[in-house]
Amino acid sequence: MLTAIIDYESGNLHSAEKAFQRMAREVGGGTVVVTADADVVARADRVVLPGDGAFPACSAALRGHSGLFDALVEAVETRGRPFLGICVGMQLMATWGREYEDTEGLDWIGGEVVRITPFDPALKVPHMGWNDLVIDHPHPVLDGIETGDHAYFVHSYQMRVTNPDERLAHVDYGGEVTAIIGRGTMLGTQFHPEKSQQTGLRLIGNFLRWRP
Amino acid sequence: MLKTRIIPCLDVADGRVVKGVNFVDLVDAGDPVEAAKAYDAAGADELCFLDIHATHENRGTMYDLVQRTAEQCYIPLTVGGGVRTREDVRALLLAGADKVSFNSAAVANPDVVAEAADHFGSQCIVCAIDAKTIETDDNGVGTRWGIFTHGGRKAALDADGNPIDAVEFARTVVAKGAGEILLTSMDRDGTRAGFNLPLTRAIADAVDVPVIASGGVGTLQHLVEGVTEGHASAVLAASIFHFGDFTIREAKEYMAAAGIPMRLEYA
Repeated sequence: MLTAIIDYESGNLHSAEKAFQRMAREVGGGTVVVTADADVVARADRVVLPGDGAFPACSAALRGHSGLFDALVEAVETRGRPFLGICVGMQLMATWGREYEDTEGLDWIGGEVVRITPFDPALKVPHMGWNDLVIDHPHPVLDGIETGDHAYFVHSYQMRVTNPDERLAHVDYGGEVTAIIGRGTMLGTQFHPEKSQQTGLRLIGNFLRWRP
Repeated sequence: MLKTRIIPCLDVADGRVVKGVNFVDLVDAGDPVEAAKAYDAAGADELCFLDIHATHENRGTMYDLVQRTAEQCYIPLTVGGGVRTREDVRALLLAGADKVSFNSAAVANPDVVAEAADHFGSQCIVCAIDAKTIETDDNGVGTRWGIFTHGGRKAALDADGNPIDAVEFARTVVAKGAGEILLTSMDRDGTRAGFNLPLTRAIADAVDVPVIASGGVGTLQHLVEGVTEGHASAVLAASIFHFGDFTIREAKEYMAAAGIPMRLEYA
């Protein structure tokens, strides 16, 4: 059982690597590697796409890595390997990114990524810190995670999901902000599970055991 | 609802905590990793490491510390002190820092903030501002604040030799892409007299990114005031936690009782 965390030079992968490796040990989840190797991604049993920074830059970096993008699409779309996108890695699952410019996403979950605009102008953007989840739809990877549990967010853009069934959880920040999305074998979290203490570690452990 | 953050700050020199952390159950109170683990377990919302003697020679020690901390703590870690270039930011992010803080280098050249934010995203670029009162009203309340660098020892001047205005500077670095401001009052730092509230409010109201209040905390009421009167999104403190005056839990419960949304369940 091999989980590949894709390294396309976007952000801090050390924390994610350590959190996934710890939970893989705890739940018997096999081996976790951070890799930029398309062959490893193509044959991985599970794929994790992290991402920090701007949507267009992350999208360009992912598509610019030789073979990596094709390997990701093959593993997730063609072979149906369980997939977890984190932060901008989740946003890239959308149809469109509207940050700075219109950028095509993977279109795995219908929707667009738009700037957070809280109703209350006193609320700061980025939305940074711990917010409590509201679970919209139960999901095996959310087992043991309940409405009211906190997760750590840091982002200025959020995904508006076209089909409400595909938004699994949200938080309140001067309006509803998408927290978790999912469809079939694909899942994404706007927050950082590797930085969300027990709630995040539980989600990671559930993902590593998930057999959709 | 987003919760107000409590951030313990560890001053680190040559890989050791300066002013040891006074928790009874720590094997080595001078080891930043041990202290970080204790704060993680105690419910801190984030951690901050400040390399107070950052020199080129001891950078490797800091990377090693950050790496070992990231392996054992599952809350965000900000690292500051001696960060000068985009490459410094990259090295700390690769080691496992979640956010990296510029201070003197951003005053000398605010474009370094833009370079780092464009490359790594605003969410991981903090700008630390050390400010000191330079003008007061008739009641002695601060109305204007200048920027200080080099650990508060050196007043920063613009090209004409005038003090750099802290509020203007905050606006500048946010426009350049800083995602958060770590604001320390040099008038209050170490005094335990409370945050400089007029300063904190002036900056928090001037920028649309979160402001972390720092410098001067002596009581739990000071933490409350930083949020309610200073409009800070997070509060940073060192001594009151390190010396065991208060636990993180006591601080959070006190702030929650004052009506501030806090994250109270964790483990």
